[in-house]
Amino acid sequence: MIALLIVLVAVFAPLLVPYPADAGTATHPEIALQPLSLQHLFGTDQVGRDVFSRVLAGTRVSPLVAVFVLLISCAVGIPLGVVAGYFRGAPDETVMRITDIFLAFPPLLLALAFATVLPANLTSLTIAIAITWWPWYTRLVRGQAASVAGRPYVEACRALGIPSWRILLRHVLPNSVTPVIVQVSLDFGGVILTASALSFLGLGAQDPTPDWGLMVAEGQNYFTTQWWVVTYPGLAILLTALAFNLLGDGLRDVLDPHSRWVGAR
Amino acid sequence: MKLEVRDLRVSFAGHPVASVPELTVDGGEIVGLVGESGSGKSMTILAILGLAGTAGAAVTGSVRLDGQELIGLSDARLRAVRGARIAAIFQSPSLAFNPVFRVGAIVSRALRQHGLSAAEAGERADAAMRGVLLSPDLLRRYPAELSGGQLQRVAIALALALRAEVLLADEPTSALDVTVQAEVLELLRELRDSRGMAILFVSHDLAVIAELCDRVAVMRSGQVVEQGPTGQVIAAPRHDYTRELLAAVPSLADPGLGE
Repeated sequence: MIALLIVLVAVFAPLLVPYPADAGTATHPEIALQPLSLQHLFGTDQVGRDVFSRVLAGTRVSPLVAVFVLLISCAVGIPLGVVAGYFRGAPDETVMRITDIFLAFPPLLLALAFATVLPANLTSLTIAIAITWWPWYTRLVRGQAASVAGRPYVEACRALGIPSWRILLRHVLPNSVTPVIVQVSLDFGGVILTASALSFLGLGAQDPTPDWGLMVAEGQNYFTTQWWVVTYPGLAILLTALAFNLLGDGLRDVLDPHSRWVGAR
Repeated sequence: MKLEVRDLRVSFAGHPVASVPELTVDGGEIVGLVGESGSGKSMTILAILGLAGTAGAAVTGSVRLDGQELIGLSDARLRAVRGARIAAIFQSPSLAFNPVFRVGAIVSRALRQHGLSAAEAGERADAAMRGVLLSPDLLRRYPAELSGGQLQRVAIALALALRAEVLLADEPTSALDVTVQAEVLELLRELRDSRGMAILFVSHDLAVIAELCDRVAVMRSGQVVEQGPTGQVIAAPRHDYTRELLAAVPSLADPGLGE
């Protein structure tokens, strides 16, 4: 429900934001760091921008990064995983050793390294995180595909003279992606956290982009006296990550083969 | 001879798992292949289908269909034989159908794979379903909505619709209960008698083999140890292992038991 609300806010952000210019380049130094008021529900930041407007506009920044990271990860990870799991042997070894290399590094550190060498903007941020993210999907799908490849209906297909590529596409793939759907929704929060962390470190979104991680970074100097500058974007990150984790848990209960079997009996 | 197997050897990394010096199945004939679990029956079936390689096994020898050698054929040529000329049905019908498709989609896909148009495939599928005494409406159901016996009939209907000349039946009734088993066996008999199909029937159940098969081959530890007309093998087994198998079936070893 919260996740749906966040998506709705993101979609209708331009209509909801009270001071659209504040999400961009506008500055109002004369009203900098004002506390909460009816005009500025979450107060104003160090250059007088409405924090409420920026938090709302932020639903279109790091969640969007997360969407693209996950799309890229799936686009790369799922095909590799299915092929590795179905054919085994040399393709499997090659793909899995490559993923092992990526998985051998702590993901945040690896993303950090890539983000450092790429120019600091949202596109680089997306690419950097996606590079660290896809191997997890490859692993997940590979395991699933390997188990599906051993099922009798796949053997039955072979016995019917169905070509491998069709078995792969029509039988192994659809039966392998369910855990990915769950994993994607669980990971959504994780990617937002990573993206925010990188932006916080100055490697992602740049001012004046209303990115939550960046807002937290900029507001931290005022934390002891003007708490609202940091608190609301921080809460937005927390709430979004939590909401998508709960959504993932819910999806798992519905889609997971084990719980589905329990439900069917 | 429809199907002729000679000197077939299947091995994994040099370890032989199945060795069949000679096994023939003619049209209009059901030949039984009997043996305990792990005796190489299923590997023999896979080797005949040219699928032992996908499981990682090495195959030597000869498998001929109407005189055409199958061992060593390219994968594309083999795919044209599999399904179209040699069909297979398996032990667990409920697992042999992909749960995400309606059974009709699976049947029609297989038919179109072998060159039929969608319309022809639909007609043939319906006719074949009637041939196995099922309503064509069942094609619109998902595998989970059909019973094991119904699914096994659909699998047989598929073989029928494909106009397969040889049917390899790998323990097709082991997972079914006895009454359903009897129906499936009756169906196989009819395929033999009215369609002249050559059927290789794999089972560990000598009672079923005795009832159904014209000839029988007995396998143990990957070797065919004895074969001949069913009546002869059962009445006068020449190999110790056949005698052991027979002794394990009370009603056959001691016909007076049930009376």
